[in-house]
Amino acid sequence: MSNQSVYGIGPVEQSASCHTLSVVVDNEPGVLARVIGLFSGRGYNIDSLTVAEVNHKKHLSRITIVCSGTPMVIEQIKNHLGRLVPVRKVADLTLEGPHVERELALIKVSGKGDKRIEALRIADIFRARVVDSTLESFVFEVTGTSEKINAFVDLMMPLGLIDISRTGVAAISRGETTVTE
Amino acid sequence: MTQTKTKAKSKDAKDTKTKTEKAPEAMTGAGIVIQALIDQGVDTIFGYPGGAVLPIYDELFKQKKIRHILVRHEQAAAHAAEGYARSTGKVGAFLVTSGPGATNAVTGLTDALLDSIPVVCISGQVPTFLIGNDAFQEADTTGITRPCTKHNYLVSDVNKLADIMHESFHVARTGRPGPVLVDIPKDVQFAQGTYKKPETKKYRVYQPKINPQQKNIERAVAMMAKAKKPVFYTGGGVINAGEDACKALTKFVKTTGFPITSTLMGLGAFPAKEKQWLGMLGMHGTFEANHAMHQSDLVINIGARFDDRVTGRTDAFCPNAKKIHVDIDPSSINKNIAVDLAITADAGIALEAMMKEWKAKEYKSKGADLKRWWERIDKWRAEDCLAYKQTGDIIKPQYALQRLQAHLHGREDVFISTEVGQHQMWAAQYLHFNKPNRWMTSGGLGTMGYGLPAAIGTQVAHPDALVIDVAGEASIQMNIQELSTAVQHKLPVKIFILNNQWMGMVRQWQELLHGERYSHSYSEALPDFVKLAEAFGGIGLRATKASELDDVIKEMLSTDRVTVVDVNVDPKENCFPMIPSGAAHNEMILAADAEKFAQGLV
Ligand SMILES: Cc1cc2nc3c(=O)[nH]c(=O)nc-3n(C[C@H](O)[C@H](O)[C@H](O)COP(=O)(O)OP(=O)(O)OC[C@H]3O[C@@H](n4cnc5c(N)ncnc54)[C@H](O)[C@@H]3O)c2cc1C
Ligand SMILES: Cc1ncc(C[n+]2csc(CCOP(=O)(O)OP(=O)(O)O)c2C)c(N)n1
Repeated sequence: MSNQSVYGIGPVEQSASCHTLSVVVDNEPGVLARVIGLFSGRGYNIDSLTVAEVNHKKHLSRITIVCSGTPMVIEQIKNHLGRLVPVRKVADLTLEGPHVERELALIKVSGKGDKRIEALRIADIFRARVVDSTLESFVFEVTGTSEKINAFVDLMMPLGLIDISRTGVAAISRGETTVTE
Repeated sequence: MTQTKTKAKSKDAKDTKTKTEKAPEAMTGAGIVIQALIDQGVDTIFGYPGGAVLPIYDELFKQKKIRHILVRHEQAAAHAAEGYARSTGKVGAFLVTSGPGATNAVTGLTDALLDSIPVVCISGQVPTFLIGNDAFQEADTTGITRPCTKHNYLVSDVNKLADIMHESFHVARTGRPGPVLVDIPKDVQFAQGTYKKPETKKYRVYQPKINPQQKNIERAVAMMAKAKKPVFYTGGGVINAGEDACKALTKFVKTTGFPITSTLMGLGAFPAKEKQWLGMLGMHGTFEANHAMHQSDLVINIGARFDDRVTGRTDAFCPNAKKIHVDIDPSSINKNIAVDLAITADAGIALEAMMKEWKAKEYKSKGADLKRWWERIDKWRAEDCLAYKQTGDIIKPQYALQRLQAHLHGREDVFISTEVGQHQMWAAQYLHFNKPNRWMTSGGLGTMGYGLPAAIGTQVAHPDALVIDVAGEASIQMNIQELSTAVQHKLPVKIFILNNQWMGMVRQWQELLHGERYSHSYSEALPDFVKLAEAFGGIGLRATKASELDDVIKEMLSTDRVTVVDVNVDPKENCFPMIPSGAAHNEMILAADAEKFAQGLV
């Protein structure tokens, strides 16, 4: 079979790991499409992606990407990002030392009676805030690591969770180092 | 090089006074486009008009610095620009209208992306206020071309147009070269804006690293001095780096005395007439080149990208060799093959630095070991892997090319382009390139239909040179309409068709790997190429017997008109040596083994 294809056999899979990349880009039309197109076009996985302008005067946005792959794939992702014309800087926070990651989620839970009380109690443990409430529902706002949010979601599920909106991960290095030059 | 610079004169352009140079200048968007092209050194643009680029065509009409070559299909405009770029080392430019004009250009843009060819495509777009409305001839051109360009722009403001135009040339030519597209809505072409001259200092964006780290150069050269079985494996990146880089390569390779092989894209960077030249490597590379790679203890890759046509089975690729890789694009390094020493740098600069280091440390190649290495290589050479048997009347395609090579011998002014298929591989094997920028072929995308327009682009840039498209009868039909372009602009390209009546490369795979089931690879109802050439206003010649070949080639070389030569060759001939995909370099099939291999398969 392999002999019959023009392409030979594929590579043996290596073990994948998860990396958080911080990418500073010129905030111009199409820049996000370029970044996303690179991932879809080359078959890389994005676990999470967030983007917002961080410097209005210089028109710079910061994209935080959580992606997984073998070390060779992660290296490729960084190099491909680096050669996009509007990309100013690519930092691999996972490799470059300690950093903080946070995510925000809005979680809608509907229920009555005991379940409603239990939901509030758990929200308190997680330091989730109630940002909307009706007699039969709450919207909680919770921030933290993705794991914390996953845990909160798991607990809310049996208590009537009906809708989730998550921002994806924002990340920044600890200490004085910055990614913007 | 005898003829490199274009001296193009547009006959029909009217005599207008050159504009006085005072910046900033107010002009229309279309005027800005033309002025920017002129300031970027563009003397020729390939194109095809349409509603959304009419203002630019209007400006073209009013000037005489830029020659416009009207093609017959936008794909051809792109390939012609590629041929122009590859044969001059400059950026090629082409102009297409919105919608179908732009979508027709997509194959050419992708071709340029995969082969790292610097071209700039100007496309017209529907007016800004109609974008997104499914307007007449609207296509999301920047969306469609994002994955097949190095970068693209949609210009929304006429006052940004000059900067974008200049930046597009900067991006196309800097670092790893590639195609850039500038999409300009029609209202922006009409609008009044200010023109700005190109930046003389640094561009705001895109400054790839070109200088190697000295410690890496030192390590690389030390590894070379220690190597017992070294080999240079060079690629298109050396051609991209320019003529001086090719000279630096030649000098350094000669100084070390190491053998050298190159990819399809790198042919001509090192002169094929030198003894150290092993021929091309890879799937259809020579026995000696592939065995040298396989047995080597040090592979020095300069500007090649470990393509799958070259590496074969990656886990069996150069199993005993340390690998050095010099490439300007970090994403080319450690992509397919993990290397021991990566040097992110321009090939020319790195080669100069290596030469300096080699001299400074007074290194010598390992004499006795290198001698033994060459003895081994000479044994592989003695296999004579490109031998074939020309007996009787039936013309072997290899023979046709060897006769062509014989007639070209000693000429300095020859440029060869190809289509895609067996003929392309035979051209790479049997024609010799002693200089860079003389070989125009579609390597990465393998685009049938590339050769004729690329030859046209090359001929425009080198009006007095001999430009030959080595073609297959299937490929040539993919852009045959460009004969009309060649005739109109008096570009006397020669099309040398190795007519085997089959999509030969496809037939070869079907014969060797698909149990001789020749599914739809026979070209039924072929046109009469001689009459076809005449119908277009060119000359048609034909050779059906081996004895006719020399006369036909002579006649082709003696005309100054567009000429199509229909060489009827053996329809059954296969291209060898061949490494089946997924096999290692030492598992090559030679012509003599082919029968054995085919039987072994079933
Ligand atoms: C039918 C068919 C059969 C083929 N068979 C073969 C075969 O047998 N053998 C073969 O070799 N090819 C073959 N090819 C071609 C093959 O597909 C690839 O196109 C080719 O091998 C790539 O050449 P390259 O490695 O030199 O890279 P290129 O595509 O030329 O890329 C250039 C590399 O150099 C780098 N570079 C660019 N500029 C610079 C600079 N200034 N300094 C340093 N680096 C730079 C780039 O980043 C890139 O990595 C075949 C193609 C077809 C269509
Ligand atoms: C646009 C395009 N379509 C299909 C192919 C696949 N393909 C590769 S070689 C080939 C046959 C080429 O035949 P011909 O031009 O006659 O050359 P030969 O191999 O016979 O020398 C085909 C169909 C391709 N490379 N490009």
